[in-house]
Amino acid sequence: MRNSAQGIKGDTLFQWFTLLLACSIIVIMLIMTAEMVKESLPAITRFGWKFITGSTWDAVKEEFASLPYLYGSIVSSILAILLATPLSIGTALFITELAPRKLGAVTASLVELLAAIPSVIYGLWGILVMTPWLQSTVQPFLIKRLGFLPFFQGAPYGVSMLAAVFILMIMIVPIITSITKEVLMAVPTSQKEAAIALGATRWEMIRMSVLPYGRSGILGAVILGLGRAIGETMAVTMVIGNTPKISLSLLSPAYTMPSVIANEFAETTTKMHASALMEIGLILLFVTLVINFLARMLLWSVTRKWKGGVA
Amino acid sequence: MNLRSIALRRVANGAATLLMGAATLLVLLPLIIIFYHIIKMGISSINPDFFTQIPRPTGEEGGGMANGIAGSAIMIGMASLVGLPIGVFGAVYLTEYGTGKLSTTIRFCADVLSGIPSIITGMVAYGMLVVPMKGFSALAGSFALSLIMIPIVLRTTEEQLKMVPTTLREASLALGVPLWRTSIKVTLRSALTGVITGTLLAIARVAGETAPLLFTALGNQFWSKKLTEPMAALPLQIFNFAISPYEDWHRLAWAGALVLVVLMFGLSLAARWLGRSKHS
Repeated sequence: MRNSAQGIKGDTLFQWFTLLLACSIIVIMLIMTAEMVKESLPAITRFGWKFITGSTWDAVKEEFASLPYLYGSIVSSILAILLATPLSIGTALFITELAPRKLGAVTASLVELLAAIPSVIYGLWGILVMTPWLQSTVQPFLIKRLGFLPFFQGAPYGVSMLAAVFILMIMIVPIITSITKEVLMAVPTSQKEAAIALGATRWEMIRMSVLPYGRSGILGAVILGLGRAIGETMAVTMVIGNTPKISLSLLSPAYTMPSVIANEFAETTTKMHASALMEIGLILLFVTLVINFLARMLLWSVTRKWKGGVA
Repeated sequence: MNLRSIALRRVANGAATLLMGAATLLVLLPLIIIFYHIIKMGISSINPDFFTQIPRPTGEEGGGMANGIAGSAIMIGMASLVGLPIGVFGAVYLTEYGTGKLSTTIRFCADVLSGIPSIITGMVAYGMLVVPMKGFSALAGSFALSLIMIPIVLRTTEEQLKMVPTTLREASLALGVPLWRTSIKVTLRSALTGVITGTLLAIARVAGETAPLLFTALGNQFWSKKLTEPMAALPLQIFNFAISPYEDWHRLAWAGALVLVVLMFGLSLAARWLGRSKHS
C-alpha cells in the first residue's frame, strides 16, 4: 500500500516537474519578446514611425532611423532566395527521384555537411577568398558587359550586396534542399506509379504528381530559408561592406539589420543608441517570428496530411 | 500517337534531367572549394603551439588559440549543464503526457524558436545578464548558448523517445513500477543512444555560434580568470582575426576554422555512428 501511494505521489511530482521544464520553451519565447520590447521602448517613443522610413543613423546627434538596414536585409534575402530556390528544388529532386539510391544518400549527406558549417566559417571564406575573386574577376566583367544597367554600376569593391547575396545563397541552399527532400520523400509511391503507368516520362511524373503533391511543403521550406537569410549575421557582416546606403547597384556596399547590431551593439555610448539597436532587433524578431510561424504552419499541415494519407 | 510530340517529350525529359544534375553539382561545388581552402590555408598553422599558446600580437610569429578553444569548451559545458536537463525532461513530458493543446503549443514554439536569429538571443542575454552585472562575462555567453540549445535538444530527444515501443513501457507499468521510474529507467534508458545523438548534434550546432557571444562573452585576448570576466571563444577569434588586415592573423583564423570544422564533423560523425549502431 505504502509503495503504491508513494508511486502515485512520485508520478504527480514527476509530471509537474517535467511540465515545468517543457513550459520553459514558452517562457523563453515570452521573456525574449518582453525584453526586446522593453529595451526598445525609448527608441519607439522618441522616433515613432520615422524609425522605419528615415535613413539618418547618427550616434553623435542621437538621430536614428533604419531604412538602409531594412532595405539591405530585404534585398539581399530575396535575391538569395530567388537564386537558391531553383537550385535547391533541383538538388532535392536529384536526390529523391533521379540518383541511384547510394548516390542519392551520399549527395544528401554532403548537403547536410554544407548545412552544418558555421556561419563564421562561410564569412571567413567569403572575405578572404570570394570577395577578392569578385573584385578581380566577376565585378569588372559585370561592369564591362552589363554596366548600362543600374544594377551593375560603380567601382568593383569586392565587398558588396552581390557578395552578400552569393554567400547567403550558398548558406540557405542546404536548408531548403534538405527540407524539400523530406517533403518529396513523403509523396506516396502510388502517385508516382500512377503517372508512370499512364506513360509519363520521368520529368512528367515529377511535374504532374510529385511537385503538386509537395507544393505547400516546398513553399514552407522556401519561407524557412527566407527566415534564415534575413537573420543571418556573421557571414553577411563580413562580406557586405557595412555601409548604410540605399543603392540600386548590386556592386556597392550595403548594410543589413543583423550586421549593424553585430557591429555596433557592444560599443554603444548612449542609452538611445542601444535602444535604437534593440528596436532593430525587435523588428528582426517580429519578422522572423512571422516567417517561421508561416513556414511551420505550412510544413505541419503537410506532415498531418501525410500521416492521414499514407497510412 | 504523334511521333513529333513523343520526341519533344523525350527532349524535355532529357533537359530536365540535365538541369537537375547541374543544380546538384552547383550546390556541391562551394562545399568542395571551401573545404579545399580551409585545409590548404589552415593545415600549416596547426602545431602544438596552436593548442597551447594564446594569440601573439601581429608581427610576431606563432601563437595559437588555446584560450579560445578552452573558452568555447567551458561555455558550451556550462550551457549544456542547464540546457540538456531542461531539453531532455521537457521532451519526456511531451512523450509521456503530451497529448493536449499545451503540448502542441510547446512543440510549435520550439520549432519557431529554433528559427529565431541567434543574435537576438545575444541581445536578450545582454539585457538580462550583462546590464545588471555591469560587464561582459562568460556566464552571459553560456546563458545565451543554453537558450539556443533548449529547443534543439527538446525536439531531437522527443523524436528519439517516440521511437521506444509502447509495449516496453506497458511491461514495466504492469510490474507495478510507477510511471516516473518507468520514464527514467525504461523509456529514457532504451532511447539513451538516441538522446546522446541529439545532444551531440545540439553541441555541434552551438559550438559554431558566434553572433550570440559578440556582446555577452565579448572575447578576450588573454586567459580569463573568472566566469564573470569576458572570455575568448574559438568562433569569436576566427571572426576577429578574419576581419583584421594582418596576414599572420588570417593564418590563425584559417587554422581555427579547420579545428572548428574537424570538431563539428567529429561530433556529427560520432552522432551518426551511435545512431547507426543502435539500429543494426
